[in-house]
Amino acid sequence: MTTTRTLAAIRFGYGLPLPEIAPAGADAMLAMLAGPDLAAKQWPIMGLPQMAPILTKLRQIKNEGRDDPALVALRNALLAEIGQAAHDAQRATFTRSLAAPDGFRERLVSFWADHFSVIAKNPTETFMPFALVEDAIRPHLTGRFGDLLTAVTLHPAMLLYLDQSDSIGPGSRLGKKKSKGLNENLARELIELHSLGVGAGYAQADVTQMAKLLTGLTYNPKLGLQFDPRRAEPGAETVLGKSYDGDGLAPIRAALADLALRPETAQHIARKLVVHFVSDQPDADLVAAVAAAYAGSGGDLLASYTALLTHPAAWVPQMEKARQPYDFIVASLRALGVAAADFQALPYKHLQGQLLNAMANMGQTFKRPGGPNGFPEEAEAWITPQGLARRITWAMQVPQRLVAALPDPIDLAQSCLAERASEALLWAVARAEDRKQGVGLVLASAEFNRR
Amino acid sequence: MDRRQFLQGLGCSLAAYPLMTTVTLAGSDGGRPLGDHRLVVMILRGAMDGLDVVQPQGDAHYAALRPTLLNPQSTDLDGFFRLHPGLGDLMPLWGAGQLGFVHATSTPYRDKRSHFAGQDMLEAGTGMDVPIRQAKDGWLNRLLQSQTGLTSETAYAIGREAMPLLAGAAAVRNWAPETTLLLSPQARLLFERVYHDDPLFQQAALEAMELADAGDLNAAPTRKVKGGVKVDDVERLVDYAAGRLRQDTRIAAFSLSGWDSHRGQAAGLPKALTRLQHAILRLQTGLGPEVWGKTVLLAMTEFGRTARENGTAGTDHGTGGAMLMAGGALRGGKVYGQWPGLAEADLYARRDLMPTSDVRDWAAQTLRGLYGLERAVLEGSVFPGLQMGSDPGLLL
Repeated sequence: MTTTRTLAAIRFGYGLPLPEIAPAGADAMLAMLAGPDLAAKQWPIMGLPQMAPILTKLRQIKNEGRDDPALVALRNALLAEIGQAAHDAQRATFTRSLAAPDGFRERLVSFWADHFSVIAKNPTETFMPFALVEDAIRPHLTGRFGDLLTAVTLHPAMLLYLDQSDSIGPGSRLGKKKSKGLNENLARELIELHSLGVGAGYAQADVTQMAKLLTGLTYNPKLGLQFDPRRAEPGAETVLGKSYDGDGLAPIRAALADLALRPETAQHIARKLVVHFVSDQPDADLVAAVAAAYAGSGGDLLASYTALLTHPAAWVPQMEKARQPYDFIVASLRALGVAAADFQALPYKHLQGQLLNAMANMGQTFKRPGGPNGFPEEAEAWITPQGLARRITWAMQVPQRLVAALPDPIDLAQSCLAERASEALLWAVARAEDRKQGVGLVLASAEFNRR
Repeated sequence: MDRRQFLQGLGCSLAAYPLMTTVTLAGSDGGRPLGDHRLVVMILRGAMDGLDVVQPQGDAHYAALRPTLLNPQSTDLDGFFRLHPGLGDLMPLWGAGQLGFVHATSTPYRDKRSHFAGQDMLEAGTGMDVPIRQAKDGWLNRLLQSQTGLTSETAYAIGREAMPLLAGAAAVRNWAPETTLLLSPQARLLFERVYHDDPLFQQAALEAMELADAGDLNAAPTRKVKGGVKVDDVERLVDYAAGRLRQDTRIAAFSLSGWDSHRGQAAGLPKALTRLQHAILRLQTGLGPEVWGKTVLLAMTEFGRTARENGTAGTDHGTGGAMLMAGGALRGGKVYGQWPGLAEADLYARRDLMPTSDVRDWAAQTLRGLYGLERAVLEGSVFPGLQMGSDPGLLL
């Protein structure tokens, strides 16, 4: 028998023991999720507007040339500031996952950050993946998907990552003058990954038309998103059978809103949510229930999450998913009793060496998936011989460097797995040669690595 | 019976053979059923621009399509095609007949131009009649399924990420070089017990315990750089592959990424080419002359890129592209394939290089040449639905 509390913690959060005041059932989880985003306030991360002065100065220097030694020094100092902001953001992200009572919210943030993956392409962009989360994902986490999709698509992090900021309508004023033109990268992923899904019935013409519709979107370090009419392809574009005409952002917003309301999008988002939280072979009824809630509410995400959490198929006791390396490391920290304050005080070189590098070796480089499709979901993609060897080694070696005293392994098994600690695990832990090995057995066990 | 049902049926019946579901110990020689030839498959993830790597400068339309990408430092291959300077160090191999290309080729994947669906199809080795993600195994694994007497040492998928190309019912090794696992005999025993009831963990742990070398956990990673490009990870992959291929292993597969060149391709593509070139030369050295002489390497990508440059000095997702081949067993020094031309009317959908061959055919011909596989097996189970053409004579 697995309790609802255990499933809530492990399947929909970052594991046991739950933080104080954390909800332990569907209704309480949804009630907390409907409330304010307390973790964002408690462990703040800057958004792009706060970074604008630094990015603006960097752009000025780039325009002034690279040879002046004073400018080189200034550039390095500014890059160091960005690097520091990114390090702070990494730490705050881990801390929220580790300690926030609203664990389901943090898991959802992680889900959407992966759905809308952006990857820094150069040192000036290292902060961008975090800015996208703060500016676009967290504020729209429980609202309508159309608003989330719009906020993300129009965010400079996405415009830069998928090259939209350089795309120019071939018939636009700039396009005619400079013989520059389209880049369809964002348009394609917007349809294929972010909304309809690759299985939906769209054609290359829809991608090309969407790319033309998106021209004009560009990024200015000082002002953020800008619509530059000199880059915008003149005339109307037809995407998925509907024509979009007019000036400025309005037709782009209209197209994004329509994408969000497509039935294929409801199906795609519902399936992805169920696959992420419940099973790589998702239950058809559960997907249908989430898709129906999405479609029936005009893409309301809280309604969709409600359909997920209130369906019995979401609470089956079988743990089919594997914790991804980030989840594994956060859950381990929590199991070991690392408190938010301890984590905040961890020297950065340990955060990097013991956690981030370890994650990368397990196959998940933090905020750097292989491409815009994010990290794989399948348990088989993570529990490989090489990936599991890294988890076992980490579980045996690293905990002693993170806490002053290792817990008793039997107590650890019971506190982080509750009734899911199997007899075989307890049998083995009792026969461990030392405490370090016992802790390693618990954290590397199949029970701990499944959710 | 449609091909999808056929594939699923195939997977079921083959799973019944015990040799395919157990991992056997390294070195247990099954009589070398694949003979002495080695096959290395590299998946170039992100869609390599074949038109920039093997440049059809003899085509009158090429220069106009590629105004900023035309590279005067390219090297003549055959009077029609020129090689991108990023692969310039491979010219001695070309001269020795140990480097070749297929141009204007592609998988059967068409129209959606999704990296991820395209890679799925490239690795599944299926056609458009099998829905995306329904294929349960990769074509290299189905090659192994068609043989008897193999050991799990026969084939290796190398690297941190998954290789669907080699996934399936036949036992293969999955490993990332320099992974360590130091377990006392007692710890090993306890882990075997802990994982006993979860087959995924049990299998992975068993293999890890067999494969891990007891290296130094705290060894500092080397950061080796070639022409400003990081190559240490490539070296680790290739060195590990070479070490295995010198012994009982016959097939190795790994990925190289970094080919998605939407913007600033003239600066970005050379980085990926440097890594590819380094991998090939390092493999040649690592295998030594005798094994290299029995080796064919295929470097395949999910699709090509647009014939025209896009508006940002790059190229967008296309259709027809190029495959690179290397190795001492290859009859190289030649660009294989039928050239479709680059006039607008000759392009696929008036935008992409028209594929004139199925890339699976070249892979199938390679397998036939290396291992003597029957056409019926290649067309029926390794690449279901493929109709192989006549023997192009790829191998010596």
